Amino acid sequence: MKIDRRCFLSLAGGLVAGHLLSPVPWKVTDDLSIWTQNWPWTPVPETGPVAWKETVCTMCPGGCGIKVRMIKDRVIKIEGSEDYPINRGSLCPLGYSSIQYLYGPSRVTSPMKRTGERGSGKFEPVSWDEAISEVSGKLDALRKNGQSHTVACISGSDKGTVPLLFKRFLEAYGSPNFIRTPSGQDAHETAAYLAQGHSDKNVGFDLENATFILSFGCGLLDGGGAPGYQFSTYSRFDRRHTLVQVEPRLSNTAAKAKKWLAAKPGTEGALALGLARVIIENGLYNRNFIENHSFGFEDWTDDNGAIHMGFKRMVSEYTPSRVAGITGLEARQIESLARDFARAQKPVAVCGYNECRAVADIDKTLAVHALNALVGNINQSGGMIVFPDPEYTVSPVEKDRIASTGLTKPRADMAGTDKYPQSRYLLNLLPDILMSAKESDLPVQALLVTGANPVYTLEDSTTAQAAFAKIPFIVSFSSFMDETAQYADIILPDHHFLEGYRDVPPPEGVGKPITGLSKPVVSPRYDTRNTGDTIIDIARKMGGSISNSFPWDGYEAFLKEALKDQYRDLSRNGYVENVEKPAALDVAFATDSGKYEFYPTRRHTTGNGDEAKLPGFKETDVPGKETSGGVILIAYKSPRIASGAVANPPFMTKTIDADMLKKEKLFIQINPETAGKLNLKQGDEAVIETSAGKASVKVDLYDGIMPGLAAMPAGLGHTAYSRYIAGKGVNVNALLQPVADPTYGINKAWGIRAQLKKA
Amino acid sequence: MSTQTDNTSNTPSNDPSPKKGATGWVILAFFIIGFGFSLLSGWVGFPKLLYKEVPHPIDFNHALHMDLVYDGCDSCHYFRKDGSFSGSPTLDECRDCHGFVMGINENEEKFAEEYVLEDKEVPWNNYAKQPDCVYFSHAPHVKGAEMDCATCHGDIGESESLRPYQENRLTGYSRDIWGWNMSRLGEPEYAPRMKMMDCVNCHVEQTDSKGNCFQCHK
Repeated sequence: MKIDRRCFLSLAGGLVAGHLLSPVPWKVTDDLSIWTQNWPWTPVPETGPVAWKETVCTMCPGGCGIKVRMIKDRVIKIEGSEDYPINRGSLCPLGYSSIQYLYGPSRVTSPMKRTGERGSGKFEPVSWDEAISEVSGKLDALRKNGQSHTVACISGSDKGTVPLLFKRFLEAYGSPNFIRTPSGQDAHETAAYLAQGHSDKNVGFDLENATFILSFGCGLLDGGGAPGYQFSTYSRFDRRHTLVQVEPRLSNTAAKAKKWLAAKPGTEGALALGLARVIIENGLYNRNFIENHSFGFEDWTDDNGAIHMGFKRMVSEYTPSRVAGITGLEARQIESLARDFARAQKPVAVCGYNECRAVADIDKTLAVHALNALVGNINQSGGMIVFPDPEYTVSPVEKDRIASTGLTKPRADMAGTDKYPQSRYLLNLLPDILMSAKESDLPVQALLVTGANPVYTLEDSTTAQAAFAKIPFIVSFSSFMDETAQYADIILPDHHFLEGYRDVPPPEGVGKPITGLSKPVVSPRYDTRNTGDTIIDIARKMGGSISNSFPWDGYEAFLKEALKDQYRDLSRNGYVENVEKPAALDVAFATDSGKYEFYPTRRHTTGNGDEAKLPGFKETDVPGKETSGGVILIAYKSPRIASGAVANPPFMTKTIDADMLKKEKLFIQINPETAGKLNLKQGDEAVIETSAGKASVKVDLYDGIMPGLAAMPAGLGHTAYSRYIAGKGVNVNALLQPVADPTYGINKAWGIRAQLKKA
Repeated sequence: MSTQTDNTSNTPSNDPSPKKGATGWVILAFFIIGFGFSLLSGWVGFPKLLYKEVPHPIDFNHALHMDLVYDGCDSCHYFRKDGSFSGSPTLDECRDCHGFVMGINENEEKFAEEYVLEDKEVPWNNYAKQPDCVYFSHAPHVKGAEMDCATCHGDIGESESLRPYQENRLTGYSRDIWGWNMSRLGEPEYAPRMKMMDCVNCHVEQTDSKGNCFQCHK
């Protein structure tokens, strides 16, 4: 038998024919196609039982009730809770996308110790014991050196039990330096102190029951303040409701308002006074309130027989035509607005909250409070509500000699000192104070940061970074690797809010004393701890009177004790309303006169005249040099960009329009008229430069912005977190500069002079 | 040319030329060998290569449980409140009854030791698991069309021992989906096959329509 090439060809033919008649090619093709669907990196949705869990969002201070859709142990979706009295079903994009922070790569997964340069993001994981020992060791050494007053804590809020624990810790430790980050509360608290005599009460506005909202630049529908509350209020508006927005830029709020008045920025106070004059002149004010519950409306005589100017005489100078000259509006617009406002069923005037910058103009705030007083809406439905914090029932702090001495020392931020005696927190001053201090004499030797990201959010952030870099020891309690955490020596990561307990104090600006409870819906994914537990652990480790002041087994035990009777309702309903009704007017005011003071007798002033005390309009100097062809840079708030302590998650960045952010380039809005003067066109590459810094941007021509201004959105240009968040756009805070109010120290600059040039 | 032809024709036929190739039947034999090898390896060897036998974590006795529960299959494989189907019971659900050892049985002992005490979910083999791109809802079939569980899952509910489970090495799904017989001819061995055309055929038979793509592929 002969075997040749043809035999093998035949064999191959047979193999192929047999193969084609076997299941191999057909089955393998089918299975391979299924195999390609099951690659390990292909995300597969969880299957399992569906559950909805209720909790409260703490991504911003807005305090929205949320319901979380769970499949098994996985969070799938977050929605606003319809039953929660603050947001009534509404929710902002940050709340919706907070799942990305739970599962995303920005988390700090265990305690960390810095190994690289400040801001480089190089850390090594350490154990909780090691990290807490290091912190307590450093704090103990400072204390033994008599430097307890050089420890400071920066907190995003001073309300609620976690800030309470930090305040308590500093008190037992011996430092007066608990510092809240700047916010709209600063000016409102001061105004409430001056006009109503309350030193630490909440000022809120009952927007949901008001029928006429006159907003002096509040980004009510731009995601500021308590966005869920504001969105839900607006969604229930009907023909009987009016929203008037005073703002130099056509924002979301202005676009949705019934009337938009583009007053020149910084002149809102003059407009409020002009409105007050028309209301008074036409007798449209609330006579009962003015006659029975107010002081300093008319001229008055003090104990020494000196006659003082009253509010009425002061505002008589603010005639519509004069105010029109200051604000750039028309006199008849001012007159008709004043009449509409005063004649409305439930009018309310708001300012200060919800702006992306904490611009705190005391005169403007007092003038706006005065408008509310004129229509008699204080502590009334639909008006301005002043209410106390929830009461906490905890034992007094045990203070040893070092603590008592430390607490008498002046604060590092100069709040409450002779220069700024009526201010509570002045974080905006701290960077300059640190920069001008000698290394050996630095007023802050150790810094604890909780619920805040000052390295990013402080204006003139380049100076803030340099100032923070000087602080020898920084501890961050952040859940995420934010800019401030990158400056820290030790990070003691908090849980994500969906993983732990936390009480949620009444949101700033909301006229409802609602406290909520954030409850865990998933077990912690990483080696993190509730910050409440961590601070108790640090105190325990330090021993002595500090340890004695923290007798609780953990944060939950403390929370139960502090909230006492409320805790049961809180854990059952998710929220509790602290007081049933705002205080009646005859007991509402703690001023010397016992009345609402149009003439704030307590006001700390540099001069002595009535003009200094009364909230007259004073032009605010804009920082920077005036040059020809210059613009004034302002920051604006967008509902699609988170501009607070937490950065914009990628879901939100995806929603930003291409004329705001394109790839990594940020657009700056200018009026076509300004563009003509500066020889710029839509989409041009440009450079904006201020005394604080410079940045390259693209130009967006926008008819909705006043000529001469340039606007940049706040909240972009992060450098930390993760590669999905960092490097998008420019941080407008790096271009801005604060200007301290001469008597209150809080920042009053609404913009900065800038040069905008073609790149 | 003619000379050559003559030469060839003159060659005696009983004297095979050394240059002559293999004969037709040899070539055919090679073809048959190749053909047969392919067929044999494809029909017999290939399934052994493609599928691997996966032991069951617990040899579950359905018949025994059916005698003890009140609600038939629904007792453990139930519809949740939202209409979704629970599938295999979770450890917590098993624990409702097996919080403590109930009988003398090596399988229950194994279950208690390896899973209940270790607080570990049982990795049950799922004969009917479909790829993620297939959306299947039990509710319209069981509640809507009032189909019996056995129509699709066979008589597993009456079995005392779990039938063998083989896993496709490429896809990770059960051999039951394609069917144990590679040719897919004749009656299925254990339970109806579950490839797409099996769904389609049944739908055409029962509803006169195969339905739309997006009903299953969302």
